[in-house]
Amino acid sequence: MTGCADKAMLLHALIDSELDAVNSVAIEAHLKTCAGCAAELRRLEQLRDLMTPNVRYTAPPSLHDKIVMGLTEAIMPTPKPQRRLAPWVAGGGLTALAASLLLLVMMPQLSATHLEDQVIDDHVRSLLANHLIDVATSDRHVVKPWFNGKIDFAPPVVDLADQGFPLAGGRLDYLDGKVVPALVYHRRAHSINVFVRPAHDMASPGNVATRRNGYSIVRWSHHGLECWAVSDIDLDELKMFRRDFEARIT
Amino acid sequence: MTRGAGFFRPYMAFSARRPTSRVDGDATARFRQTMLPHMDAAYNFARYLARDPVAAEDIVQEAFLSAFRSFGGWRGEGAKAWLLAIVKHVFLDWVRAHREGTQTSESEDLTPDPDTPESLLLQANETAMLRQTIAGLPEPFRETLVLRELEDLSYKENAVITAVPIGTVMSRLARAREMLSVLLLPDAEIQRKAQS
Repeated sequence: MTGCADKAMLLHALIDSELDAVNSVAIEAHLKTCAGCAAELRRLEQLRDLMTPNVRYTAPPSLHDKIVMGLTEAIMPTPKPQRRLAPWVAGGGLTALAASLLLLVMMPQLSATHLEDQVIDDHVRSLLANHLIDVATSDRHVVKPWFNGKIDFAPPVVDLADQGFPLAGGRLDYLDGKVVPALVYHRRAHSINVFVRPAHDMASPGNVATRRNGYSIVRWSHHGLECWAVSDIDLDELKMFRRDFEARIT
Repeated sequence: MTRGAGFFRPYMAFSARRPTSRVDGDATARFRQTMLPHMDAAYNFARYLARDPVAAEDIVQEAFLSAFRSFGGWRGEGAKAWLLAIVKHVFLDWVRAHREGTQTSESEDLTPDPDTPESLLLQANETAMLRQTIAGLPEPFRETLVLRELEDLSYKENAVITAVPIGTVMSRLARAREMLSVLLLPDAEIQRKAQS
């Protein structure tokens, strides 16, 4: 070390901007008269210049996916509505029977409303959190295999660029407590999210085409899979998208 | 939200999960917004601590889960430092878990070899050389240096993460820089010899 021993720490604090005004003025005055300390400071600055941002490691993209998936699993344990119902139905009584009948009648609608909210939430979140796409490509032969091993069914992936709905990529999201694939399409400057899940649920609502909170939602099922498309484009346009999507699969 | 009775009970039973999932959704959104942007910082820190890319990924993943579970305890400031303190904890657990199994070759790296950097300097990849030199520093110095130089954390934040007083942070940082300058700035060594 070339500088004064008692000033060494002050030089470090100076280049780290950790000095208060009084000490800064004092050390700067000292630097003007002490060649040793001035040389030491230059050395520290040279070293600082070597610490460029590329010395820093950046997280691999696969880690991002793993963490997001981990969080999803952490907060969304698979719900078991049947268990909630069982003791209640067993409670018996006419009221219970009447209410459970009502439940059966109402469930599709309730379930639809509930899912519509979730679908919109997912859509908005994907745009807000800037996490629209995990695998960004317009090549459906890349998007489809990307889901392999991440979910236990194969979602239909089609490109509709010729219909004005180019495929932008895919992502994993969660819907009703389950990890689901989300396909992302573009329509001019708008994004369309398509969520796909197996349609084995008894409470699955029928086809839906509605507007809600300014978003268009279209739901249809196809070969045992249930698809939800959500976007801020017109409902008619989104229906057109569904038609093209269905036509392309068959 | 009031718990409905009688006739509307089925609806409540069905939608009982809704309020919880919405709260969770808000917390998740907030967590994503505040913590996910520091994933690179977490990975960089873990990578320099563990000096192993696979272990670094595991540590970061575990740290994020742990951070999410204790997210309620975060006071809303210094998100990066808070997260990195958790990374440090997870790293220490990892060290403990691995000490019994495989013997790490820490001792080899304790004293950086002064001959390597100059020859490595000739290599095109200066970044790799710098990374390797930093990785060669003994742990407490490496840790403090990475937090200060690469993560731009203050002495105070550095002290919290490394669980030592600020004075120790300062002396470790000074020592780390001294070691680095000997290794990375060839003329510094010459100057030193000329003056002494």
